[in-house]
Amino acid sequence: MIKTTYREAIRAAIRDALLRDERVFLMGEDVGRYGGCYAVSKGLLDEFGPERIRDTPLSESAFVGAGIGAAMGGVRPIVEIMTVNFSLLALDQIVNNAATILHMSGGQFNIPLVIRMTTGAGRQLAAQHSHSLEGWYAHIPGIKVLTPATLEDARGMLWTALEDPDPVLIFENGSLYNMEGDLAEDAGAVDIASALIRRPGKNISLITYGGTLFKTLQAAAELAREGIEAEVVDLRTLRPLDTAIIVDSVSRTHRAVIIDEGWQSGSISAEIMARIMENAFYELDAPVARVCSVEVPMPYPKHLEDAAIPQVPGIVAAARRVVTGHG
Amino acid sequence: MGEFRMPSLGADMESGILVDWRIKPGDPVKRGDVVALVETEKGVIEVEIFESGVIESLVVQPGQKVPVGATLATIRTDGRPAETRPPVAAATTEQKPEVPPASAPVSTPPPPKSLRPRVSPLARKRADELGVDITTVTGTGEDGSITALDIERAAEQAKPSATAIPPATTKGLDLNAMRRVIAASMARSKREIPHYYLNSTIDMRCALDWLAAENAKRPVTKRLLYSALLIRAVALAIHEVPEVNGFWLEGGFKPGDGIHVGVAISLRQGGLVNPAIHDVDGKTLDELMENMLDLVNRARTGHLRSSELSDGTITVTNLGDQGVESVFGVIYPPQVALVGFGKIVERPWAVGGMLGVRPTIVASLAADHRVSDGHRGGRFLIAVNRLLQEPEKL
Repeated sequence: MIKTTYREAIRAAIRDALLRDERVFLMGEDVGRYGGCYAVSKGLLDEFGPERIRDTPLSESAFVGAGIGAAMGGVRPIVEIMTVNFSLLALDQIVNNAATILHMSGGQFNIPLVIRMTTGAGRQLAAQHSHSLEGWYAHIPGIKVLTPATLEDARGMLWTALEDPDPVLIFENGSLYNMEGDLAEDAGAVDIASALIRRPGKNISLITYGGTLFKTLQAAAELAREGIEAEVVDLRTLRPLDTAIIVDSVSRTHRAVIIDEGWQSGSISAEIMARIMENAFYELDAPVARVCSVEVPMPYPKHLEDAAIPQVPGIVAAARRVVTGHG
Repeated sequence: MGEFRMPSLGADMESGILVDWRIKPGDPVKRGDVVALVETEKGVIEVEIFESGVIESLVVQPGQKVPVGATLATIRTDGRPAETRPPVAAATTEQKPEVPPASAPVSTPPPPKSLRPRVSPLARKRADELGVDITTVTGTGEDGSITALDIERAAEQAKPSATAIPPATTKGLDLNAMRRVIAASMARSKREIPHYYLNSTIDMRCALDWLAAENAKRPVTKRLLYSALLIRAVALAIHEVPEVNGFWLEGGFKPGDGIHVGVAISLRQGGLVNPAIHDVDGKTLDELMENMLDLVNRARTGHLRSSELSDGTITVTNLGDQGVESVFGVIYPPQVALVGFGKIVERPWAVGGMLGVRPTIVASLAADHRVSDGHRGGRFLIAVNRLLQEPEKL
C-alpha cells in the first residue's frame, strides 16, 4: 500500500495512460506550464513534452471540438475542462457532436474521447464554479458519465474510459482532491459499468456518488450507533445507471434515501427515485427521501455554502425519519 | 357514516378485548352512551360513544382482542344516510360529458383529506402473506402510516388471541398486567420527564373548623371529607397557574381542555388507577363528594368508564391515610404535574407572633420542568394554601 491523495491518484492514472499508449495526450486550459488549475497535471509537461501535454486557448468549444476531431482521427485525447460550469460553453460539442456522430454516421465514426472536469462545491468558489451538473449529462444517450469517489476509482477509471470506443465524461468532485488514503501499489483499471455497495446494512439504502459518498458513510456510522444499519450504495457511474444494484439493495432494506450534491428538480436523484418506483414499488415500506443541495445558486460565504449542500446531520435525520417515522 | 373505534384508555394501552356489546345494530345512540365493555390491563371499562346516530353493524365480536384504533362498529350518523346515497344528485353533475369551455381554467377544489389508510406497499404485501386484515392494524410509521413491522406485530398478536381468549369470563383485573403497565408508564415518566419538586406546609385550622361546622349540619351520608376541599383547591389554583394542567405531547405543552383531576386510587388487591373527575372547577363540593365515592366504588369493582381513564389533566394523590407526611410524586405521563398530600399532623405553629398548635398538611408538587419552572410551581402551591384558608368559598 502507498499513501496517496485523490489528486495524485488521477495524475498517476494520466501518467500511466501516457506511458502505455502513445496515442494518448492531455489538453486543456493551463494543464501544461501551470500544472492544471487543481495541480492534477503538475510535472507532466516536463516528463512528456508539449506535444502530449497541450495548453489550449480559453475556448471550451474549440478545444473540446479539437478533441472530437482528434479522436475521430485515431488518437486518444484526454480533454480537461476546469469546471462543469465552464463545460456549458462546450455543450454543443459534447451533446450535438460527440454524443451523436456514431449514430449520425451510420456507425462509421466512433468518438473515443475522454473529458475530465471538476464538479461540486465546498471550496468557496461561488456560483460559477461550484455546481453539480453531472446529472444533466446523464440525460444524454451516446455518452458515459463517471463519478469516481474513491482513490481506487480515481486511479482506475481513466484507463477503462480510454479503452471505451465512445465518449466518456469523468467528473471529479473538487472537495476530494486533497483526500488522503492508502492505495494498493498495483492499483489499476476498474470497471465503469456498475455501482458498488460500500457499506452493507439491512434497514435502509443510502444511495449516493462522488463528493457525498464520504459524508454518507459518516452518516451511516452515526446511524449505526442509533441501531439503524444503513447500506451505502456508491453509484460510481451515472450513465449507464446500475439499476439492478439499486433495486436489489432497496428490495432488501425496503427504504431509501438518495444523497446528491445536485439540485433535486429534474435531477439524477429524481431518476433514481423513478427507477425505484418502476422496479421496487412493492418492496417499499416508506416513501423514498432525498437529501440534495438547496435550490439556489451556490453561495460564496462559507456558512451559507455549508448550509446549501448535503451535510452529515441532514443525511442522518432524513434516514432516521424514513426508518422510524419521525426525525 | 361514522366508525366507532377501540379507544385508547391510557397512554400505554396498545389493545383491548371487547367483552360485551351494550347495543345491537339498529339501536339509536347518542354521544356519551355506554355502548361496550372493554377489558384492558386496568380492568373492564365501560366505553362511551362520541357520535350520535344509529348503529349500523358490529364489526368486532365479544372476546376479540383488537388494537387501539381498530373499528369496532359502524354508525349511521344523523342526517347522513350511509350506503343508500341517492345516486341522482351526484350523477347529474358527473355524468355530463359536455365539452367544458376550452379556455376556462378548470378549478378543482382541494381534494378532501383522504380517509384511506396509509399503508406502505411492502406492508400490503406482507398483510396478504400473513393473512392480516389491514383495517385492524394501527400504524406507527410517518403520519400514522402502516409499515411492514406493524403488520408483523399484528400477525404476532393475532396468534394467541385467535385461539385462547375466553369471552368475558376474565372480568376483573389482571394484577400482573397492571403491574407491568404501571412499570412501563412510571419508567417512562422518570426517563423522560425532568421532574422538579416543591412542597409547602399548609395550616388546615380554618378548613377543618369550617368542615366540622358544615358536617354538623348534615346527615352522615352527606358529610364532606377534607380531601374534597383539597381537590377543589387544586382545581381553582390551576386557574392561576394553568401550565400545570395538561399534557406534554409531540415535543410541546398542550393545555388541558378543562380541569379534569385524576384521583389516584389504590386498589385493595394491589395496584393503582387514577380515574379523572371531570371539570372539577365547575362542581360544588357535594357533587365532588358524590363523584369521588362513585369513582372509588367503581374503581374497586373494575367498572370505570373510558373517558375517566384517559381524560385526567393533572393527578392528585393523597397518602395521608397511610400515615405518610409528604409525597414526592411521579408524574403520570403525558400529564405534566402531580399534586401530593400527606397526613394532617398537629404541629407547633406560629401565627401573628403567637405560638399555637395547629393541624397542618404538607402539599407537594411534582411538575414537568419542560413546561413550568419552580417559580410558577411555587405560585401554584401558594394559591392552594390561600384557597384552603377560605374554605367557605370552595
